[in-house]
Amino acid sequence: MDSNHQWPTWEVFTQKKQGAAHEHAGSVHAPDGEIALLNARDVYSRRQEGVNIWVVPSAAIIASSPEDSGSFFDPANDKMYRSPNFFKTADGLKQI
Amino acid sequence: MDINVKSDDLSEMENAFNDSIQAGKVIEPKDWMPEKYRKQLLRMMSQHAHSEVVGMLPEGNWITRAPSLARKAILIAKVQDEAGHGLYIYSAAETLGMDRSEMIDQLLAGKAKYSSIFNYPTLTWADIGAIGWLVDGAAIVNQTVLAKCSYGPYSRAMLRICREENFHNKQGYQILAYLMRGTLEQKEMAQDAMNRWWWPSLMMFGPSDKESPNSADLLKWKVKLFTNDDLRQRFIDRTVEQAQAIGLKVPDDKLKWNEETRHYDFGEINWDEFFQVINGNGPCNKLRLKQRNDAHSNGQWVRDAAKAYAEKKKVN
Repeated sequence: MDSNHQWPTWEVFTQKKQGAAHEHAGSVHAPDGEIALLNARDVYSRRQEGVNIWVVPSAAIIASSPEDSGSFFDPANDKMYRSPNFFKTADGLKQI
Repeated sequence: MDINVKSDDLSEMENAFNDSIQAGKVIEPKDWMPEKYRKQLLRMMSQHAHSEVVGMLPEGNWITRAPSLARKAILIAKVQDEAGHGLYIYSAAETLGMDRSEMIDQLLAGKAKYSSIFNYPTLTWADIGAIGWLVDGAAIVNQTVLAKCSYGPYSRAMLRICREENFHNKQGYQILAYLMRGTLEQKEMAQDAMNRWWWPSLMMFGPSDKESPNSADLLKWKVKLFTNDDLRQRFIDRTVEQAQAIGLKVPDDKLKWNEETRHYDFGEINWDEFFQVINGNGPCNKLRLKQRNDAHSNGQWVRDAAKAYAEKKKVN
């Protein structure tokens, strides 16, 4: 009855096509990276959704915490001049 | 979360949570959420994942007997998709803090629910058509809405599933359409499958909202966006014409287009049967549980081999 050993989870990132960024797809359980890759292919790419797959041990991912997102992203909040919309140019002038 | 927060603070956090959901925020695993929200989602998602997995059994029953090589290949791909769907949802459910092995243990021990529809038998090849068309069709109606639910990992898993589910629906419809162009016996077989699967498919949307204990909370939290009755109606409206197009009769004398409501009126659902099946007295409840347990223990050597292989590589 016991489903016994639970293998660790691996986060799966798939690349849709050459040149595109890898995107998070979900996770799989596997005893090691090699089998994680095979499982990831079977679970997340049955319809040619990927040309390349990364698997990363879930435990290796360090994420910022939602509660602190205010102070964490604070440095960017008062620097609107980083956006081109901050600068006004004469109407009708062509942009580069 | 600080375990010493006062109940006032807690209800304040809950109010803020409810407001953010009303404002359209999508909740991610590390966000604070009320315990009830987590529990309800976990209940729903694990049941959903179990349904995908148990759903492989009635269809798997026909893989060796599918009438042609092409049909076999298509059915295998479909059943494999169901395994994949189960895994997507288990993976999403694990983000709520329960291990997949625990969910699976609950299923194998008979303590977890899964969709009652899979407690009906697949008696003929036409049943495979009816499952793809009706059962997966009902699932699509449900899942298209769930894809917009407030929990990010669930919603993303649903998007992925919806993209694949249309294949299931169409292959099923095509099976029935072919039979309906065949001999009298084949037509009768298709109609018989329709007669047996129609009502259980309508039951898949769950009891009427008046009788559905969790509906109010789930609607408030945008885990559900429509009521069970709304979605059932949507399914009927879409399916009736598909049935007529291939000459299948919907087994409901009260079914009638209502010009005023712009919906089909339909007969009373046999909820006694629904609750009988949910409570373990359906035609195949015991069989499914046994088949699932057998499948699990028959796969033991694969898990052992994979583990031994990984350990061997670690040593070298």
